[in-house]
Amino acid sequence: MPKILAVDDSASMRQMVTFTLKGAGFDVSEAADGQQALNIAKQGGFDLVLSDVNMPVMDGIQLVRELRTLAEYKFTPILMLTTESASDKKIEGKQAGATGWIVKPFNPDQLLNTIKKVLG
Amino acid sequence: MSIDLSQFHQVFFEESFEGLDSMEGGLLDLNPDDFDVETINTIFRAAHSIKGGAGTFGFQIVADFTHVLETLLDEIRAGTRSLEADHIDLILRSVDCLREIMQALQDEDEPDMTTADELKVEFEAILAGESQPKTKESQPERASSKETPPKETQSTQASASESETTADGSDSDETSESTESTGHWEIYFKPDADVLKTGNEPVRMFRELEALGLLTSDAVLCDVPDFSSLEPESCYMAWNLTLEGGTREEVDEVFEWVIDESELSIRWVDETATSSISTDESASTAEDVSEQEDGSESARSEEVSEADVEKALEEVIEECKHIDEEDETVAEADEPVVEDTVVETAVADKTPAAKKAKKSSAPESTSIRVGIDKIDSLINMVGELVITQSMLGQLGEDFDMAKLVRLQEGLAQLEQNTRELQESVMRIRMLPISFTFSRFPRLVRDLSKAMDKKIELVLLGENTELDKTVMEKIGDPMVHLIRNSLDHGIESPEDRLAAGKSETGTITLNAFHQGGNIVIQIIDDGKGLDKDRIHQKAIEKGLVTKDEILSDEQIYELIFKAGFSTADVVSDISGRGVGMDVVRRNIQELNGSVEVVSVPGEGSTFTIRLPLTLAILDGQLVRVGEEIFILPLVSIVESLQVDLKMINNVGGNNEVLRLRDEYVPILKLHEQLNVEPENYDLEKGLLVVVEADNSKVGLFVDDLLAQQQVVIKSLEQNYQKVEGISGATILGDGRVALIVDISGVLRIVNQLKGKKAADDPRAA
Repeated sequence: MPKILAVDDSASMRQMVTFTLKGAGFDVSEAADGQQALNIAKQGGFDLVLSDVNMPVMDGIQLVRELRTLAEYKFTPILMLTTESASDKKIEGKQAGATGWIVKPFNPDQLLNTIKKVLG
Repeated sequence: MSIDLSQFHQVFFEESFEGLDSMEGGLLDLNPDDFDVETINTIFRAAHSIKGGAGTFGFQIVADFTHVLETLLDEIRAGTRSLEADHIDLILRSVDCLREIMQALQDEDEPDMTTADELKVEFEAILAGESQPKTKESQPERASSKETPPKETQSTQASASESETTADGSDSDETSESTESTGHWEIYFKPDADVLKTGNEPVRMFRELEALGLLTSDAVLCDVPDFSSLEPESCYMAWNLTLEGGTREEVDEVFEWVIDESELSIRWVDETATSSISTDESASTAEDVSEQEDGSESARSEEVSEADVEKALEEVIEECKHIDEEDETVAEADEPVVEDTVVETAVADKTPAAKKAKKSSAPESTSIRVGIDKIDSLINMVGELVITQSMLGQLGEDFDMAKLVRLQEGLAQLEQNTRELQESVMRIRMLPISFTFSRFPRLVRDLSKAMDKKIELVLLGENTELDKTVMEKIGDPMVHLIRNSLDHGIESPEDRLAAGKSETGTITLNAFHQGGNIVIQIIDDGKGLDKDRIHQKAIEKGLVTKDEILSDEQIYELIFKAGFSTADVVSDISGRGVGMDVVRRNIQELNGSVEVVSVPGEGSTFTIRLPLTLAILDGQLVRVGEEIFILPLVSIVESLQVDLKMINNVGGNNEVLRLRDEYVPILKLHEQLNVEPENYDLEKGLLVVVEADNSKVGLFVDDLLAQQQVVIKSLEQNYQKVEGISGATILGDGRVALIVDISGVLRIVNQLKGKKAADDPRAA
């Protein structure tokens, strides 16, 4: 079962994402900021990373940069959760190596559809 | 929607309130002339999270309002706008406003948006002030594409007119053609060489395209370098694709994440009309591409040897096969996906019922965040308890008197485990008092501004822990005391300078543990209480007589009497119709006390003492006949044997006890609680004098028993509210004992007094 790492500093978003993905049968781990996510990711085995952009300690953009330096996550899909108003963040995210984005607000179905498409 | 989002609302509200608190804290730290960008970042992040969550969980009004706030913060953060004091004020007011809106939403009320709308206008005025066209325009444009969020780059990439037709009109030319007339999409796609390094696989896109209709692909291999210079992580290929089916939007969506970095042209070829219709944008791209294609091909043919091309081709063909295989598996996998949605809708059918059932209880439940260390210590304790239990269990299997010592040791161990476990569990309900303190910097800031006073607030002992329920209830009395200190305590800057003090007054909030209590002090360095004026006022109000000689402490005590207020003019700040008597009563309801110490010219200190928790009470067990009742130890003044000479009969059947200078009404508990006593004769029993709300009553009981800590069980939850009884507990022998509510008993006494002897001067 594909393993997904969900990163968001908002507990409610994390809960929603985890609930949705677990309900669809994915194996989900959570992290509350970029640094936590990086530590968890280093333990290995994630098929997809889903990350918020604005987070304390380490933001999502930096997380993508750091993940791309790790051999294991060189080609792993990393999706950013961005808000509509932050289109510059999308470009920044792409330059850092993010695969794509899911625009907040999104509903669970949209999330699931996108993830399923990416993971095939 | 297949998932009920309301299950996340509680968490969302909690984190939003926390976010608002941290915004407020950050804003209070901000100084327009000199601020830390990280503080702005923190505030921005909190606003951003609230906006994101609000949008996701269906609170669009919150999201819309937070958007303007966030935009301003973003500009300040990015340095395109300088921070002004007005901005801080405005954002602070917005925080208040958001709090109210969210509270209403949490209570499932219709939030009042008038303040929000006014604030929004102010924000928009600021944002429009200096030219910030980018942010102004982005709003309406985004609003139109809200229904289908993943559309962003399309509008930046494609020409304006084209994007409008696709985004707004559902029957744009291309859309209708693709569904009604026969034709196909011709797509040229050349991804960036680094496309794989962003985790974007062309294979995925083809898979998605294939879901739209029949897809045929031609790989363009002209850019594949010779093997020695081929970088395995780069993508050198391009594809010519034809797709029979799908709308322009759907096709665009497939390439959404890569469109900026790729060469892409998408063309609709209409097979009924011979001419091909294409948008300006795609046509021009296509021309560019064909030029490049020609150019690169000719260049290659000069450099690359045939053998190299063959090798590269082989590899590419391998990959193409791989793609085909994957495509097939995807096509097969389509069906189970459909099944999934069926299951989801079935679940969705059930959820409304569940939702209804949940609604009645949901707003009531509050949650508590517990540090992991507390949970760990709890688990540790339970572990030890289990060990002790198994040790005792073994001992019990073949017990003889020789093992008595071990049994006693074991029981002692069990007692210790139980006590530690109790303490640990209690600790879970404990929160640092900073939760309450954190709202005061804002209060002091706003009030001192309103009163033109300069005041510094000092917080001490913020990590002192306190029961969550006590914490929630102590906030309002503290607000009142702080308002009071600000209004009556601290002098105006001129007066302070004249008195030889520094211009800025100081209010200190101090919290610490003392014995089994938590002590909270509100200390100001103002002018102190005006003894003479208080005394004068008390005489005017008839609280004391002119001839009474009172100590300083007794005079200060007067401010807590009902019907006392020294402010000549009822001020907006502290004169809200709530006197200090209410403060004292609220604190007493928590089994706490409040007192004041004051030095003229140097300031006053209000000291609040509270039990650490409401779940446990220090009780005095008393016996009335066969029944045992519990009196809160804090309210007991003294206990005495009755000398009939001290008893006066007033107003018929009302007995009062003359206790030194006071007359204390006597209440026979057995009469009140309808139990059979051992003694009807006052001389044979005991009187326990208890005090609450500044008045005393003597409770007649048969006997005083032990003092012990009792765990309070609610009567209201398990039975119903009983006047004069605050709860119940279970004693060591398993019996249930009722806990007497002293304030309630006093109310009963007053009612009786009102009925029987309204005109008794001595008992007043």
